[in-house]
Amino acid sequence: MLQIEELRVEVGGKTILKNVNMEIPKGETHILFGPNGSGKTSLMMTLMGFSGYNVTHGKITFKGEDITHLPIYERARLGIGVSFQRPPTIKGLKTRSIVEISAGNRSVDVEELAKQLNFSDFLDRDVNHNFSGGEIKRSELLQLMAQQPDLVLLDEPESGVDLESIVLIGDTINSLLRRGIKHPMEKPHKDIASDRTKSALVITHTGHILNYITADKGQVLYNGVLCCSRNAREILKWIREYGYKECVRCTQ
Amino acid sequence: MYTIDDAKDVNLENYKVDAETHAYVENLSQIGSTDANQLLDVGVDIDENDRVGSFIQKDKSVIHCKTMQDGVEVMSISQAQEKHGWLADYLWHNVSPDTDKFTSQAKKKPHEGYFIRALPGVKTKHPIQSCLYIAKEGFSQNVHNVVIAEEGSELHIITGCATAPHLVSGLHVGVSEFYVKKGAKLIFTMIHDWGEKINVRPRTVTTVEEGGLIVSNYISLRPVGSLQMYPTTYLNGKGAVARFNSVLVANKGDFLDVGSRVVLNAPDTRAEIISRAITYGGSIIARGDLVGKVPGIKAHLECKGLILKDGLMQAIPELRAYVPGVEMSHEAAVGKIDQREIEYLMARGIDEDEAISTIVRGFLNVDIEGLPQGLKNKLDKIISETQKDMI
Repeated sequence: MLQIEELRVEVGGKTILKNVNMEIPKGETHILFGPNGSGKTSLMMTLMGFSGYNVTHGKITFKGEDITHLPIYERARLGIGVSFQRPPTIKGLKTRSIVEISAGNRSVDVEELAKQLNFSDFLDRDVNHNFSGGEIKRSELLQLMAQQPDLVLLDEPESGVDLESIVLIGDTINSLLRRGIKHPMEKPHKDIASDRTKSALVITHTGHILNYITADKGQVLYNGVLCCSRNAREILKWIREYGYKECVRCTQ
Repeated sequence: MYTIDDAKDVNLENYKVDAETHAYVENLSQIGSTDANQLLDVGVDIDENDRVGSFIQKDKSVIHCKTMQDGVEVMSISQAQEKHGWLADYLWHNVSPDTDKFTSQAKKKPHEGYFIRALPGVKTKHPIQSCLYIAKEGFSQNVHNVVIAEEGSELHIITGCATAPHLVSGLHVGVSEFYVKKGAKLIFTMIHDWGEKINVRPRTVTTVEEGGLIVSNYISLRPVGSLQMYPTTYLNGKGAVARFNSVLVANKGDFLDVGSRVVLNAPDTRAEIISRAITYGGSIIARGDLVGKVPGIKAHLECKGLILKDGLMQAIPELRAYVPGVEMSHEAAVGKIDQREIEYLMARGIDEDEAISTIVRGFLNVDIEGLPQGLKNKLDKIISETQKDMI
């Protein structure tokens, strides 16, 4: 689904990502760990094509297509969707409208989706205007539910979210990724799992979200370099025990 | 491009003060299609759906005038003077004729104007529509309007101003005196669609008594030569409230000097002025002035401007407090569209142009109270059309 080769990225003339190689196969969810400032968000912004993130070396391939220099909206139309940690407020634009924009040509029942996310009251509010941390997450996920991307990039989906909403957010991510276990009786589990085509890269530095979603693999980004790639929970155990200082040893 | 000096320097002698008389029409559907189209764009519903009254003036002639609700009066100012002897106490009461050369012109060479009044306790079920229209080349249309919302009444007016499509030169002088009595509510929406060379000088003063409310919405999206106005509202009674919204777009070469002033003269009065302005080649001076005269008042002013291409965008927010214990604030911002907002929308699958026009639509989308849905849709359409030129 997604392949990143020897990616080097500069932000404001400073190299933030040094040499990133990563592959996310179809249907897999990968967790990206890393301390603050390690370049996790920069990697996500680069994958989406935001201005200010200059790829100076390497290549990003999505669904077999080189997207390294594609405009943002074409990447979105190809099937990449992103949940931002701090999205901008757009005054005068209603949340309902941005959900409709996200849906593109798909026909979606905005009211029903909002109901599932317990977000109906926010549809007529300006996008992200005075939203709390948890409200921003729900708004972002609502847009992604409408967009139905094949590769979902989630930036710190648990940050600023209270305990009550985190379950809802976990459930929504699982449903976006077809990993939910809400209606197991409809089909045998093996069929549900084999239909799974959605991939994800989930950024976290606490790993808390792993209590609510399942992951196939974990990676650690430290100081602009991917220094670790193995079972996500195993990585989390190491980090909980030793912090990211173990990564220093690994990158040396 | 017009400059402030050019705009001030309208020479009255360049304009004709007389025009031919236009015949009265019994039914709005009899208005010729060219004129009718212009009227539609400024909010006049020819079928009078969701309206309880109409007033249409072309040049100096009132060509249609009616009310469809008991307790609501809609007539020409000259008719009203004949009918109500007491109107003399209201005429030139809020506005002095010697304010400037335009008001004095309106006094010397008057061309009608509307009189709209809601009797005590009467609430309009739908808006009253009015339109002041210039069809004669080089005409100076000098109208004098009076609106009275009597005690406990609710009056909603949509007024549009426009010119015939072929018109090159013209001047509109509008003296308006609004009276909002005790506990009354006036919602006044004005939509302007003048021409590229038309000069416009509205002179509006409103007084609001105890517990009264004035909501004033002003929308100018289409080209105008020069527009200069600074409507003033006096909140004279305890608990009176004023809310002013303006949505301004300056096209290439346009000059707009538009502000609102609210004087808070009584305890517990509240005022809010919100303006949104976009220029792509014209000049906009967006003013706002709040004057606090007694303790315990609250007032806020918000002035936001975008420069899309070139032009001038000048925000002049002013706050004046004469006593301690007032709460007054302002927020002014002039800039461009935030790249982060554009890219955020692009990440949802729309291209850059669509993203910009979505943001511009949002920027201009001040929630305007009480607009009929049809008119809302029409304004959205005009904004979308205007945007094609902006980008």
